[in-house]
Formats: sequence, structure tokens, C-alpha cells
Amino acid sequence: MNIEIERLAKEFGNARALHPVSLSIPSGALIALLGPSGSGKTTLLRILGGLEFPTSGRVLFDGDDATGLSVQERRAGFVFQHYALFKHMTVFENVAYGLRARKRHERPAEVEIGRRVNQLLDLIQLPDIGPRYTSQLSGGQRQRVALARALAIEPRMLLLDEPFGALDAKVRKELRQGLREIHDRTGLTTVFVTHDQEEAMELADLVVVMSMGRIEQVGKPADIRAEPASDFVRDFTAA
Amino acid sequence: MADITFARRTPVTTEPRLTRHILIGTVVVLITILLFAPLIAVFAEALRQGAAASVQSLASPDARSAIQLTLTVAAIAVPLNAVFGIAAAWAITKFEFRGKAFLITLIDLPFSVSPVVAGLALVLLFGVNSSLGAWLVANDLKIVFAFPGIVLATMFVTFPFVARELIPVMIEQGRAEEEAALTLGASGWRTFFTVTLPNIRWALLYGVLLCNARAMGEFGAVAVISGKIRGETTTMPIMIEMLYNEYLSVAAFSLAAVLALLALVTLTLKSLLEWRHADVLAATRRH
Repeated sequence: MNIEIERLAKEFGNARALHPVSLSIPSGALIALLGPSGSGKTTLLRILGGLEFPTSGRVLFDGDDATGLSVQERRAGFVFQHYALFKHMTVFENVAYGLRARKRHERPAEVEIGRRVNQLLDLIQLPDIGPRYTSQLSGGQRQRVALARALAIEPRMLLLDEPFGALDAKVRKELRQGLREIHDRTGLTTVFVTHDQEEAMELADLVVVMSMGRIEQVGKPADIRAEPASDFVRDFTAA
Repeated sequence: MADITFARRTPVTTEPRLTRHILIGTVVVLITILLFAPLIAVFAEALRQGAAASVQSLASPDARSAIQLTLTVAAIAVPLNAVFGIAAAWAITKFEFRGKAFLITLIDLPFSVSPVVAGLALVLLFGVNSSLGAWLVANDLKIVFAFPGIVLATMFVTFPFVARELIPVMIEQGRAEEEAALTLGASGWRTFFTVTLPNIRWALLYGVLLCNARAMGEFGAVAVISGKIRGETTTMPIMIEMLYNEYLSVAAFSLAAVLALLALVTLTLKSLLEWRHADVLAATRRH
């Protein structure tokens, strides 16, 4: 699914989180929103997911206006910064949550739910952790469970907020590879937020550099490195 | 010269033996004087003339009606306040709106206002001398000196307990899990029942138990609004006072013992639940 962002702006009271920004995300791309904190990247991601609504501007999914769609109607697989796994449920129930939440006539039978959850646990390479509670998992395992839970709803796109932020360096590298593989296998349009330029450059097809609520530059990692559009981009991607 | 590596055999957080003994001793003495001794005194006084006399006094119509009234009032006021408390805590912690600080202050109002004042305010508001009261009387709706008034007074006094327990817990938990449920397609209600409620259930239980204890024990506000009509609007605490003033100390203390027992039962219930669900509690503790 391609995503079209047209002059999207967001204000919180008097504070401008996003100046009007426009961006075109091709179907199946893996995109990084890169910027320091306060650059508006998370706000943009949350607007795509339907967790915030823009003050002005439009969002189009495959050419259809999706600006007013509720969070449930968007069917965006969302991975939260600290994963927001349900602490009082087992891993199995976490992953099954989106399937059980469907309307009665769309809800799969119990056997089918079990089959799909196990399939997803296989996909994240943690086939045996279904009965465990999330507090018994390592940080890397939690991140993967969050990913499986988001994929369970057969999302139209995948949105990830600092998906590797809470992990140590070694696990981070492994999981980057994991996300890349899952992206390539599912072909889902994927947008992730990060403040780590190395992560963005290594993982994304297309990097969107943001600062102070504005998009500074959009381009392939190599192009941004070779021809930074502003001093800010040069400084921020130099490290 | 000071010795840099002076050895300590005890952990750094441990105090000297004498200090420990003094502190622990003080606590034991205080708990005995303030908590255990009064409780034992109540039961001892109730059983002074034997269990039979005690049971007989409890079987009197007035005592039975008082027990029944207190339980009925609690059975109405506590669930309603649980619902209101959840609604208030939910609104305050999950949404941003104008007048939020004012609402928080308002929730605390019953704690800061003397119950007697609350009772008087209700009498003024619903009594025959107010226009609302006159209308109620004209329509044969009795609130003051009647059951509805007692429920209202009890609800007013016990309003903050549930909300106060829930607000800090819900602030600490934040909104992320609810947002996750919504992105997974759950409706607002489903999110509330499958995510929010399970996350706050222990705080909720504790709030409800405190609310219940206070609802059964409330004296001041109920004393004013009930009119103390024997056998009709006398709750247990009021009945106890009346009996005591009439020098019927066995009857008074027997009823007091029942009230204390009800409180002990609620506390035991809470401990039991915590003990039975200890594994789930440990598993769901914050990461």
C-alpha cells in the first residue's frame, strides 16, 4: 500500500509539532523517519497510525483519503517504543489479541487463531514462548513479540516507534536483520522512527531526515550521505 | 591518621543493634496500644456476660434492622462509588481537558470536609425548607431522615477512596497498552475490559475494600441525615452509640464487635486474594 502525506500539520495547543509536511511513501518500501527528539517524527508516525489527528492536511492510503479513518479502521500494525505488551496476558494471548478483537462474523475459529499465532511465533523464531508471560522475556524477545502481535491483524502497513531503542548494541544488530527479513517476506510498507542515523542508513530503503517539525531531506541513504541538503543533515548524519 | 579501610561486618544499610531494638520495640508497643488493645477490649466487653447474652442482644429487632440497613447501604454505595471512581480516574489519567486540576480537587473534597458538615449540607439541600425539598415532599419522595438520604451521605463520604487508589496506578501505567489494543482493532469498551481493568484490578480491589470499610463505619454524616429513627434509619454505628448512651454496654459492644468483624473479614478476603494470585501478581509486575 502506498502512503501519500499532503501538507500535514499538527499543533498541540500553541506548540507546533509538525509544520506542513508532504511525503510520498511507495508501496512496499522500508522507510526511516530520522531526527533528534522533538523533530516531529513520532507525531508523524502516530498520525499515520490514527493515534493522533492532524490539525490540517491529508493522508492518502492507495489514493483514498484516510485522514478521518479511526485507529481501528486503519489496520496499521504498530510497534510501540517500549512495546506496550499486555503484562497480564501470555505471549500467545498477546499475539491473539487482534484476532479475538474482530467482529464476531470476521473472527477466526479458535483452532485457526491457534494456528496463526503459532505461525507468527515461528516467523519471529520464538516458537515455544506462547505460554510465557511477557515479564519473563528478554528485551529482544519482547520486541519480536510486539512485532508478531502487530502482524497478527494482517496489517496494511507496519509502523514502528524506535523499535530498537531499548536494546543493547548486539541484540540491536540482530533484530535489524530480523526486521529486514520480515519486511522482505511480507512486502508490507514499513515506516520506522529512529534517532540513530547508523540504524536508519543501514536498514532503510529511503530515509526521511526531520528537524523541528520539518522534513529536511528525503532520499536513499547513499544520496543523503553524498549530498546532504542542509548543514543540519550533514551534521546529523556525519556521526 | 584515619584508617581508610575500616572494616564493617554488617551491610551498610543495617543500623546498630541497639537502634534496631528501640525502633522495633516502639512499633510493637504502638501497634499494641493503638490497634490490638482496643480491638480486644471491644470483644472482651461484648462477651462480658457470656456469649449467650451477646447473641441475644444481637437478635433484637433493632440490632437486626441496624445490621441489615448497614449492609444494604454498603451494597448500594460501594458498587456505585466503584463505577464513579473508575470513571473519574479514567477521565483524569487518560485524557487532557480543561478543568482537570479542579476535578482532582473536587474528588478530594469529601476527605477535607467534616462528615457532619456534609450531612448538614444534604439536609439543607433536600430538607423541607429548600425548594427542592418541598418539591420532593410534594411528590412523596423522602430523602432526609430516610434510606435514600443515608445512601447519599455514605456515597458522599466514601467517594474519594476508589478514585484515589486508581489515579496513581493509572498514571504510572500510561496509555501505551490502551493505544496498542486500539491499533489491534479493539473498540473502546473492549480495550477497557480486556486491558485497562485487568491492569488496575488490585488497586481497584483495595479501593473497594477501603470504601466498603468506611461505608459500613460512617457515623457523622449519617447521624445528621438519618434522624436516628430507631429500627428504621439507625445504621450500626448509630445504633452502637444509642445503646452505649443508654448504658446497654453488652448490646453496644456486641454490635461493635460485629462491625469490627465485618472489617476484619474484608481485610482477610483481600489477603486471601493476594495470596492465591501471588504468581500472577509477580508475573505481571512492571518490567
